[in-house]
Amino acid sequence: MADLRYEAPETLGAAIALLADAKGPAKVLAGGTDVIVQMETDLIEPELLVDIKKIPELRQIKAEKGGFRVGAAVSGMDLVDHAAFAKAWPGVIDGVKLIGSIQVKGRASMGGNLCNASPAADSVPPLVAAGAVATVIGPKGTREVPVEQIPTGPGKTSLAKGEIVVSFFFPRRPPRSGDAYQRFTPRTEMDIAVVGVGIDLTLDKGGTCTAARVALGAVAPTVLLVKEAADALIGTTVDDAVLEKLAKACSAACKPIDDKRGTREFRIKIACVLAKRVAQQALERARQN
Amino acid sequence: MAKKYHVTTTVNGDEYEVLCEPQQTLLDVLRDELQLTGTKEGCATGDCGACSVMLDGELVCACLVLGVEADGKKVETIEGMGNEKELHPLQRNFLELNGLQCGICTPGILVAAKALLERNPDPTEMEVRYWLAGNLCRCTGYDKIIRSVLATAKEIRGGA
Repeated sequence: MADLRYEAPETLGAAIALLADAKGPAKVLAGGTDVIVQMETDLIEPELLVDIKKIPELRQIKAEKGGFRVGAAVSGMDLVDHAAFAKAWPGVIDGVKLIGSIQVKGRASMGGNLCNASPAADSVPPLVAAGAVATVIGPKGTREVPVEQIPTGPGKTSLAKGEIVVSFFFPRRPPRSGDAYQRFTPRTEMDIAVVGVGIDLTLDKGGTCTAARVALGAVAPTVLLVKEAADALIGTTVDDAVLEKLAKACSAACKPIDDKRGTREFRIKIACVLAKRVAQQALERARQN
Repeated sequence: MAKKYHVTTTVNGDEYEVLCEPQQTLLDVLRDELQLTGTKEGCATGDCGACSVMLDGELVCACLVLGVEADGKKVETIEGMGNEKELHPLQRNFLELNGLQCGICTPGILVAAKALLERNPDPTEMEVRYWLAGNLCRCTGYDKIIRSVLATAKEIRGGA
């Protein structure tokens, strides 16, 4: 194995150049809670590590166009402690809070969670439900990519060589909007989602749902944005009959595997149960806003 | 021979200069280079919390930080928490209330509990349990750990 080289550039340009010019395998280091474990266990053997945490754009949470821009390497604890963001996007916070322990959240970031591309990543369904857009910068310039288009399969992303997810943009919240994320795990902490569901919805003054996004985690090779499930909610007051339709749409979209954490049938069943619960929680939050 | 990196870091208030290889974790550097062996290695994958330390005021697992990342940063370990003459109230209460048995998880739990009490001096039992969810103990069954932390919180608040 070739020697490992560590670089901690202070600008995006320098980071992109390092990654684009790398001859051997290169890896971006954000919080390191996946990358360092993968290195320790010889799953990956990078020759270059580019630590992006000294680049200001990756570590800031800023107000932008009435919404928020969150640096991809902002730690989970920094995001959880950001009162204004947490108030606007409680469902995203639900997901981030479930990423490992306090110690892990002291380092782990949403950008890392997304680019590690686990279908069970807890922050990804709420990011997808929120309609967050990733700003990706690489040797060929900048592109804005809906979050759901970044992972392409377990451990795989659509990022080209030299590209980095810099930040996430969360659009301005219309009044009466609410989001939520829940997952099923055998224990309440320190576990990997068997199924996760994130839902964001907006109500009109009369309580009718005018917009919704439904995202399912750990039931397919990537987190799924399920349009049919959102369509079941839109135009309704999200009553019990609607929740059944939502569950049916989620059930139809699931393509899970059987593994030690759950069978295919179990995952589909749980996705339906969680979808109903999460929709009700998002609804409650929307009514309070 | 891999290239070594010159790292300057402050540990428990003292500045250290160390040469480390890029794949060495902060845990390796603390234990093997600085001989600060109070920080324990449990799993080395961030699951057990035995290597909990503070890095620039943030509670982290030292096994999930590279030594090179500690350059220019402040690290606080169990060695900085108290000494034989004067224990930290958490250390004293863990002894008095039997919050430890074999002791391997204890340094990490003390560091994590101290971070909690600095953030929240009046945690509920539930909050203590969730905060320490990343610190595994195979001896105590946790109950005495939780009681030790709650007793310390009460003591520090002056309500003993």
